[in-house]
Amino acid sequence: MADTNTEDAFVEFDRVQKSYDGEVLVVKDLNLSMPKGEFLTMLGPSGSGKTTCLMMLAGFETATNGEIRLGGKEINNIPPHKRGIGMVFQNYALFPHMTVNENLSFPLEVRGMGRDERESKVARALDMVQMGAFGNRRPAQLSGGQQQRIALARALVFDPKLVLMDEPLGALDKQLREHMQYEIKHLHESLGITVVYVTHDQSEALTMSDRVAVFDDGRIQQLAAPADLYERPENSFVAQFIGENNKLSGTVESKSGDTATVRLTDGETCQALAVSCGDVGSETLISIRPERISVAAESGPNSTSADVKELIYLGDHIRCRLNVHGNDDFVVKVPNSAGHEHLVVGEKTQVTWAVEDARALNPL
Amino acid sequence: MTDAVADPISSARGQAQLTTADGIPLKTALAIAQSKARRRAFLLVLPLLAFVLITFVAPIGQMLYRSVHNPAFSDNAPALAVWFEANPTGTEPDEAAYEALVSDLRAMRENKTQGVAGTRINYDLAGSRSLFTSTARKSAKMEPPFKEAVLDADEDWADPQLWQVMRTASSAYTANFYLAALDRTRDENGNIVRVNENRRLYVGNFIKTMLLSALITGCCLVLGYPIAHLLATLPLRHSNLLMIFVLLPFWTSLLVRTTSWIVLLQSQGVVNDTLVAVGVVADESRIQMIYNQTGTIVAMVHILLPFMVLPLYSVMRPINPSYVRAARSLGATSWTAFRRIYVPQTVPGMGAGGLLVFILAVGYYITPALVGGASGQLISNFIAFHMQKSLNWSLAAALAALLLACILLLYWLYDRLIGIDNLKLG
Repeated sequence: MADTNTEDAFVEFDRVQKSYDGEVLVVKDLNLSMPKGEFLTMLGPSGSGKTTCLMMLAGFETATNGEIRLGGKEINNIPPHKRGIGMVFQNYALFPHMTVNENLSFPLEVRGMGRDERESKVARALDMVQMGAFGNRRPAQLSGGQQQRIALARALVFDPKLVLMDEPLGALDKQLREHMQYEIKHLHESLGITVVYVTHDQSEALTMSDRVAVFDDGRIQQLAAPADLYERPENSFVAQFIGENNKLSGTVESKSGDTATVRLTDGETCQALAVSCGDVGSETLISIRPERISVAAESGPNSTSADVKELIYLGDHIRCRLNVHGNDDFVVKVPNSAGHEHLVVGEKTQVTWAVEDARALNPL
Repeated sequence: MTDAVADPISSARGQAQLTTADGIPLKTALAIAQSKARRRAFLLVLPLLAFVLITFVAPIGQMLYRSVHNPAFSDNAPALAVWFEANPTGTEPDEAAYEALVSDLRAMRENKTQGVAGTRINYDLAGSRSLFTSTARKSAKMEPPFKEAVLDADEDWADPQLWQVMRTASSAYTANFYLAALDRTRDENGNIVRVNENRRLYVGNFIKTMLLSALITGCCLVLGYPIAHLLATLPLRHSNLLMIFVLLPFWTSLLVRTTSWIVLLQSQGVVNDTLVAVGVVADESRIQMIYNQTGTIVAMVHILLPFMVLPLYSVMRPINPSYVRAARSLGATSWTAFRRIYVPQTVPGMGAGGLLVFILAVGYYITPALVGGASGQLISNFIAFHMQKSLNWSLAAALAALLLACILLLYWLYDRLIGIDNLKLG
């Protein structure tokens, strides 16, 4: 699952485990390595261990077992202030008793930098986030989005090797959040910094990242580029967590090469790409993305009849809920193109999908 | 209303002054609409208002009045008041003056008030009370010339200082009690001078009270800060237990707490016995830790500590730990993060706790009275002495008013330096 290419690894987790109470492992056997300049997102539901990983990297939590390396050096026993890692916190953590300028010059002051150099660096960092005019304000006098920018500038002002972001956009409204996503991405590209980003918002993860590590139950379920994650999920957790997903459960009847024939619960068979389904006779879950299903009768192994249960008009596409192979929640997205198939609730229709779009995964 | 529509000027003004649909000015309508709610709200606070007026404003007003008003002599010596009125300060008392004195003394004897009047003079000139009582007894048989008769009875009546004191006391309103409270008095010519060195009590004690209170406040801050920090950062389960320990002194009688310090610190007490047993201190040179300033400081710090811990705790509790984490991630050592990020955010709590402890300490009475001995007495013990023993209520009132003025000054200073809106008590 994890990259084992340690040649040019900048940040490395090597068999890291973490337990808070000595009874439950919050992080179970984490292996991860990322090269310099990468934007890596840790994505997962709350309690999946992603924030714990970030805190271990920042130095606020100690790993119970295993090694964390930064630039080839073990940092397990280095205190946070000596790690040189910039961090953006969920609530920004701007010091309320200091002005924006003082907030930004704090990391430079504690590094013993001279006044002139400090001022020029602070001004540059503020310009970078288009907040040059706000230097003398207090954090309380800024809006959420402005505070977010200042927090970002503060994490970058001392030119850290690595920047960590712990759900930094969680408190912003949708529009601002999307805007900030692009800004953070552009900053990452123009500065060439390495970023580890934690979020539970999958669209944020897909928009911004070079690679996404999907966390669940203290493990990385899949580490891949956003497109791979969506199109080629390796297990049913990832398939369900990222994007919309149609599930058909059954047992593997036969396997030939990459293709598995699966006997579904309603007795019919379906052919799917064998990804992680196990051997003949084992249970499996077939995952098909809604937009990969066409509403038409075509020849092939995966063409079946469907009852139209519900239609929701969404402008650019129509969302159809069908009953396919006994699954009532089978969703198909019909593009609202000229001359598309008109479905009527209660009628029967025919749906088809390609063998390689049906992925037979291990059941949860 | 109809006028307003007809009158072009008021209708032109009506553009600026909004009216309701009925034509009533909007502000009037709003006041009417809100007046009922306001009346009900006022009725709710009325009992408290009455309580505060009766139990707080009235007694303090009474006390302040008493510190400048004492009619004990002026009410009983009307004839002397007339003579003082007619003759300027420094005039040698003549036959007319002594005649007035004798007539007043006779009246006092009749009304049995010579003691009251004498006591008033005694406040300013010690030993005068007996002069009044004895001469009043003899006054009935006195015959002119009265000067000789009075001086015959007691030649102390010739003292010019006595006449100066009677002159000021012949008016019910006087600043003399404030002078006395500041160790000042008037000489025979009415000039303000300091009293003899061995009778200077109050200014020194005021200074001592302030210094001791500041020391106690400092001790409370040093001891309370870590406790409050611990309370604010421990998991709730543990911090609740700790909070009970902090509050336990609150729930114990003040007297019990103070006397338990006596048990601990007295020369045959637990601490000294332990030190002797261990061999640190020789049996004959046991440390005197109580019935002096040390005892006052130790017991008062213990009693006032919760007043420091609670405001600090209430300020520390909502401080997000991510501030210190952020500072650490930005490169600050834990000490720098504490000093530059954490402490500045607790200033409102330190201010509130400090002000609270200081104000309570400045006016503390019971503890210094019990464990203070001679050197550990505070100004409030003098106030109590004048209230209960010497019965010089006016001086007690003047001392208390000065104490109040000190505290108001302090409050004003705090407001100027830190800002009273930063005060956070909970």
